[in-house]
Amino acid sequence: MSTASPATQSQNGSFTAEVFAAHLATQAAAPAWWLERKRAAYAQFAALPMPARTNEGWRFSNIGTLSLDGVAVATPSNLKSQISDFKFKAVAELTFANNTLSSRTALPADLAAKGVIVTTLAEAAVKHADLLKAHFMAQPQKLGSEKFAALHIAFVGDGAFIYVPKGVTVTDPIVVTHLASGAGTAVFPHTLVVAEENSRATVVDYFVSADASAHFACGANDLYAGHGAQLTYVAAQNWSPTTLSFQFNSTVVRRDARVQSLNLHLGARQARHESLSQLQAPGAFSEMLALTVAMGAQEFDQRTLQIHQAPNTKSDLLYKNALRDTARTIFSGLIVVDPDAQKTDAYQSNRNLMLSDDAEANSLPGLEIQANDVRCTHGATSSRIDPEQEFYLQSRGIAKAAADELLTFGFFEEVLNRLENEPLHDALRELIKTKF
Amino acid sequence: MASLEIQNLQISIGDKPIVKGLSLTIRSGEVHAIMGPNGTGKSTLAKAIAGHPDYTITGGDVLLDGKSVLEMETDERARAGLFLAFQYPSEIPGVTIANFLRAALQARLAEGEEIDASAYYKRLYAKMDLLKIDRKFTSRAVNDGFSGGEKKRCEILQMAMLEPKFALMDETDSGLDIDALRIVAEGVNAQRGSAISPGILLITHYQRLLDYIIPDHVHVMWDGRIVKSGDKSLALELEAKGYDWVKQEFAAASA
Repeated sequence: MSTASPATQSQNGSFTAEVFAAHLATQAAAPAWWLERKRAAYAQFAALPMPARTNEGWRFSNIGTLSLDGVAVATPSNLKSQISDFKFKAVAELTFANNTLSSRTALPADLAAKGVIVTTLAEAAVKHADLLKAHFMAQPQKLGSEKFAALHIAFVGDGAFIYVPKGVTVTDPIVVTHLASGAGTAVFPHTLVVAEENSRATVVDYFVSADASAHFACGANDLYAGHGAQLTYVAAQNWSPTTLSFQFNSTVVRRDARVQSLNLHLGARQARHESLSQLQAPGAFSEMLALTVAMGAQEFDQRTLQIHQAPNTKSDLLYKNALRDTARTIFSGLIVVDPDAQKTDAYQSNRNLMLSDDAEANSLPGLEIQANDVRCTHGATSSRIDPEQEFYLQSRGIAKAAADELLTFGFFEEVLNRLENEPLHDALRELIKTKF
Repeated sequence: MASLEIQNLQISIGDKPIVKGLSLTIRSGEVHAIMGPNGTGKSTLAKAIAGHPDYTITGGDVLLDGKSVLEMETDERARAGLFLAFQYPSEIPGVTIANFLRAALQARLAEGEEIDASAYYKRLYAKMDLLKIDRKFTSRAVNDGFSGGEKKRCEILQMAMLEPKFALMDETDSGLDIDALRIVAEGVNAQRGSAISPGILLITHYQRLLDYIIPDHVHVMWDGRIVKSGDKSLALELEAKGYDWVKQEFAAASA
């Protein structure tokens, strides 16, 4: 890579060829195909330009603050779980600190005997290579972050691999905590979930900083729901308020399967979240939910794509943002209905609660329909606290600030109520409260 | 004994005077009914005393136990002991009755004090049973999708839980059938008979509520003022003669 021009080096920031070579050296135990995948990804990353203001996929985003400079790939940490402000009953837990497994709890023997796997990507690369090849970052990146997705593959250290075999139900959530610690630390969290035919599981990702320093997070999760599977996925992003965060979600839903995903966005100074749902066979249903509390000068940039590739598929997106101070949010969502995806039922809604006159919510809902017998609805709204509701609460003795907080939680409840798991619902609510 | 003194109160909406010098003193345990035709300023009076931001007090004062409430925020007035039972209670999606009332009670505690959850629910359920409200309602969002009668019962439930010194009840009877009216009245009467014994300002257009909540005093309001006061027989007289009688009798005086 010595031929790289200065321009190329600057667009790659701290992630130089030398840094990549050093990272590869730490992966010596990995199989050759995995290393080859990483090399190809690094080449792609290095070749791609940084996003430009003129890119449609970055419209309204603050491009100037997406710096890749001044960060370093995390060195392993032995920090243990920091889940104290986000607690609920879990069936198994994995904690990664600075890209390295730092603690785990064993899966109950009965689930292990049924073939449920909760392990690391490193182990899966050796033992379950076919599954990893089939599902790890296997879907197209269509939402603007091809460069950062390639960066993720190039530098991903370790992550969670979760496999639920045919017909198996895992009742309580499997929890993966991704910790970042140390100033300028770059982390690349990954969680991969394969839910086979008619299985059921709930997986929770928790992203959290161990200290208040600025981190660079570039994470991804791959979700696959096989025929009739029911997968619930919750991601709670609670990085330090100075962190730059990228997170890419890919969801593949097969025949009669259902995936419910809920992304809670609390942390980071700037957080880009891209979510792709592919409804690949009849009866597939993807429910895409998100809640954001944006405050200070935070920017939350959410890009979504619902692709209906087969008839009789359903998607239902509800993204709710509460904005305070001078915070900004961007929601850009597209529903695509392929020509033979008749009887598609697609819904997309972005609702913004403006708690400050200086906050800014941008919404770009979109439809691209190539079939003629479909039902697609989309919409975006921005509203303030209703003064009559506020007066009503105040007239019961609740101070204005507490009243507004109650009303904000009321606004969120429509999303939280979609979760069937009550303890998880309550834990998310408590986690949100830590931001007020 | 607590007192609520309304002294020569004048209230405007924008530049338009609505209440034009109204005086009334209510003491604990007393029920004062204010009757009058629509548009005479009854609801304005109640909402302005509670602190609604749409209304401007242009003159006079409101004293709770001798202390003016006009400089207080709405929530401070409520914590000081005022309660407004709304004519049209707001719907609050996503906020359950249990959480809402808990927040309202928590707001009355000193910093660091916490509500005893089991005692709270025991008390809440007892009040709900009295008002024939299904206990499942605790997990329903406040007034969200409630019928008119359910909303009014929910108002009385809040009053019972918050134990105000004074309740301003704004057309609590409107939209209620006779059974719902009876339940609401029983709820109010139970509080009247309790140790709390709040003073009540009952705003109503119709006499029928006063068959169930017997007033100590009845005031007739017309064009922003009280034009006649009497005992409960005045309500019956109004019912018999109608509001046209008020208009004819007092239009000249207020012109």
